[in-house]
Amino acid sequence: MIFDSPTIDYAALSPIIALTSGLVVLVLVAVFDSVKRFGSALALLTLAVTAGLLIWQWDTNTDLVAGSLHFDGISVTLSLLCVVSAAVAVLLSIGDPAEKQSGRSDYLALLMGSVLGMVMLTQANNILTFFVALELLSIPLYALCATNLRKRDSLESGLKYLIIGSLGSATLLYGLALIYGVSGATEFPQIAAGFLGDGSTESVNELISDPLALVGVGMVAVGLAFKISIAPFHQWTPDVYQGAPTPITAFMAVATKAAAFASFIRFFLVALIGLVDSWDIMLAALAAFSMVVGNVGALAQTSLKRMLGYSGIAQAGYMLCGIVVATQDGISALVFYLAAYVAMNLAAFAVIVVHERQTGFSDSISSLRGLGRSKPLLAWPLTIAMLALAGLPPTAGFIGKLYLIEALVDSDWTWLGVMIAVGTMISLVYYLRVVAAVWMSPETEASPADGIDTAGLPASVAGAPAADEFTDPQAHRRWYLVLPAVVGAAATVFFGVIPQPLVEFAQHAVSGYVT
Amino acid sequence: MLSLIIWIPLLAGLIAAIVPRRFAAPVAGSGAVATLALVLVVLVGFEPDGGMQYVTDVTWIPGLGVDYNLGVDGLSIFLILLTAVAWIPGVLFSASRNSGGDKAGLYYLMLLAGETATLGAFLAQDLLLFVLFFDLMIVPFYFLFGIWGKDRDGVKASAATLKMIVFTLIGSLLMLVGAIALAVISADGGELTFNMAELAAQGLPTGSQNWIFWFFAVAFLVKMPAFPLHGWMPDAYRAAPLPALAVFSAVLSKVGAYGFLRVVLPLMPDATELFQTTMLVLALASIIYGSVMAFTKTDLRLILGFSSVAQLGFITAGIFALNTSGGEGALLQMINHGVVVVPAFLIVALISERFGSEDVAGMGGLAKKAPVFAVVFLIVTMATLAIPGSPNFIGEFFIVNGLFETDVAIAIVATVGIALAAFYALRMYQLTMHNPLPEGADSREISMRDGLVVVPMVMITVVLAFCPQLIIDGSEPAVDAVVAASQVEAAE
Repeated sequence: MIFDSPTIDYAALSPIIALTSGLVVLVLVAVFDSVKRFGSALALLTLAVTAGLLIWQWDTNTDLVAGSLHFDGISVTLSLLCVVSAAVAVLLSIGDPAEKQSGRSDYLALLMGSVLGMVMLTQANNILTFFVALELLSIPLYALCATNLRKRDSLESGLKYLIIGSLGSATLLYGLALIYGVSGATEFPQIAAGFLGDGSTESVNELISDPLALVGVGMVAVGLAFKISIAPFHQWTPDVYQGAPTPITAFMAVATKAAAFASFIRFFLVALIGLVDSWDIMLAALAAFSMVVGNVGALAQTSLKRMLGYSGIAQAGYMLCGIVVATQDGISALVFYLAAYVAMNLAAFAVIVVHERQTGFSDSISSLRGLGRSKPLLAWPLTIAMLALAGLPPTAGFIGKLYLIEALVDSDWTWLGVMIAVGTMISLVYYLRVVAAVWMSPETEASPADGIDTAGLPASVAGAPAADEFTDPQAHRRWYLVLPAVVGAAATVFFGVIPQPLVEFAQHAVSGYVT
Repeated sequence: MLSLIIWIPLLAGLIAAIVPRRFAAPVAGSGAVATLALVLVVLVGFEPDGGMQYVTDVTWIPGLGVDYNLGVDGLSIFLILLTAVAWIPGVLFSASRNSGGDKAGLYYLMLLAGETATLGAFLAQDLLLFVLFFDLMIVPFYFLFGIWGKDRDGVKASAATLKMIVFTLIGSLLMLVGAIALAVISADGGELTFNMAELAAQGLPTGSQNWIFWFFAVAFLVKMPAFPLHGWMPDAYRAAPLPALAVFSAVLSKVGAYGFLRVVLPLMPDATELFQTTMLVLALASIIYGSVMAFTKTDLRLILGFSSVAQLGFITAGIFALNTSGGEGALLQMINHGVVVVPAFLIVALISERFGSEDVAGMGGLAKKAPVFAVVFLIVTMATLAIPGSPNFIGEFFIVNGLFETDVAIAIVATVGIALAAFYALRMYQLTMHNPLPEGADSREISMRDGLVVVPMVMITVVLAFCPQLIIDGSEPAVDAVVAASQVEAAE
């Protein structure tokens, strides 16, 4: 009797292996006090190796682990985005009180775990790996949100995220079960085949009219919408963004979106492609609703992080349009926009981190007054990030919108393109308010009233001293904080002027995808 | 060559931002002068009948069908000349008043970035590149008006500029969607291109033209600004620093009018034909409304601002007369208005230095000890009211002539607008220059330094009055070609 030993493509699996080893090493290192302080370096090394391996496997297009993972252009591009955001999060976390309180290695190990989940999610090609990866991504994030143990906001944000996130996961799982029930398969391509039946029009029509399938699709969409904060499943976003330690907010805002959109692509554009006519209008409505809710919600915000939370809801709406059109152009427009979004958001969050450390954790927009005069190295990246988020040329944000609208108009979704334009107009008001605060208001004496109102909080939570005693007046001289801001802003402008490399990056994402 | 013209101002601005503050103005000034020199070189080699010239066409974003395509023809040659000329007094006057303050480097960077974007918009022959430069234009002026503007009459500069940028971008974002839709629909499944000449050749179904027309028209009308989309103008004009406002009013408003000639008429001839009357009525509304408002306002900036609304109304009317005479007059009037408005706003700055305010109610008698200043201002005033012998007279004559061919009723109403211009222009002159000099005001002669900035612009007005043929000859073939597109449709 001869067994064929399963072939394992170690080369294509190597990014996941590297991340897992790094994670294990980080946990082990925590035992030894003497090497503990090299945690950040170790984490960065792991991420660098992972990124290197991903680039090495750039052109790979293959099934892994008996088809439960699929490695292709989508995985490699979106994984890279996740890894880059994680590296920035590690840099921004150096010296953060949250990181110190939770024990450096634990904090970093949780972060690595989440990245591992994301990288797996971009490759997940099977209902089970899909769900496992999604939970691996989410659970460490729940904990990370709450790592600033001495701040009530942080604990509240962790709990809120946990409860709402679990609700999303449960909905998703239920939806997956229903889809399995209808299609009788767990792997995405087979689900597609199951839905298509013998491929005839009748079998498709029969399925579309199957309420079980539609409910399943709807629940999966809702579950994923929770993760990328698409309205009306967005309520957690502003609170969690504001309460979580800012490096974690930055990581959540960009990397989670990149990974969750990968699963959106795999799930809707591979597994459910046969049902496209029944879900596209549903997703289009969600996208349009998100743009309205996010943009209008952001108008009234005084906290930068909350504002970016709402803006993230609107931006998720724009990006969802790339799924709606269900074409190769749509996917690459989405990937391009995500890449631009990563650059501009990380630049903005890096500035917020520095600013918070200098002012004792104030992230109110009015506390930015006079930044243009006093710290141009912070003011410029923030300005560029805001102009890019608002979609003004010459930034990658403009090209991203152009790409998305082109994909939309090309597939007769012009009204959604007009929605993007209208949303962008509203968004100008709140993005430019930040720019105006930075450049156009005289510097005011920093008064505590500008910041988050800490007076109402008890001086200590759980017996620990208040966290806002921590300030670092020299934060704007720390290279590991300023570098991400400057590089992010420079990339935003660079890809706005010379977008072709990023366009090719985005088009690589669809290289393995066949409609 | 054209790339040099576009990017030299930005480069000079970047250098000005880096060098020590006292060198910022000289660097910026030489950048503006170098740009003008290059434009003059282009002008010398320009052939009126040569169609598109000095073409630069390289692929920019192949994935999206966008090219970096520049070219100059009879429509744009004089507008880039106007831009290059207008920026020089703008920079010089800023330098003499130290408008940039302690952020002078940044000020010149923004001012010259504005020149780069404006020149780009005039030279772009790729529709998307045009949209990009069109959007880009407003960004530096947002900073210029917001950072160096003043809160006046209870309106905060930052709020006024926010209103301005939101208004203008409402238009230009819809234009972005319109441009993409235009290219996608006219490509009809084939190779996507944004090249304007190719788009014109491909043609667009009439049904699509009708809605895309408005996406473009709104963007251009806001930019001008035209009634009823001028809501941003009063606040922004009041807040803006005057040298920046001078170039803004002189040149940026023309990009809107130019957009009609460059994009709307050739690419959407059916819709142009269909909405001709609507546009003419809008133009008349601008003329009447602008003139009446200019007559009632007492703030010098607003008098000039609303008079621009009226002038741009004339230009729009000329364009939508859809014949050679109207188009010729519109183009001539664009140049005239630009050349007149720059010294006008600088004179406002000089007047307000003498009275300490910009409200004509408390002014008078400036001419008493300043005859040269008064003469300079008189020429500007006379040009504004289009007195025979001024270049504006010739421009408006062409426009009205064109309108008579199109629709007599509209031509008659437009003529009333010319009469109204005499009211507000003379009122502005009288209230500042004549009457007794109020207490505390200082009737000084224009200084040599300011004279050197203002007088050459006024001289250009005088030269144009005698030789309008310079512009007409250069631009006629191009204007003919543009209006011909919609005339062919009309004949069918």
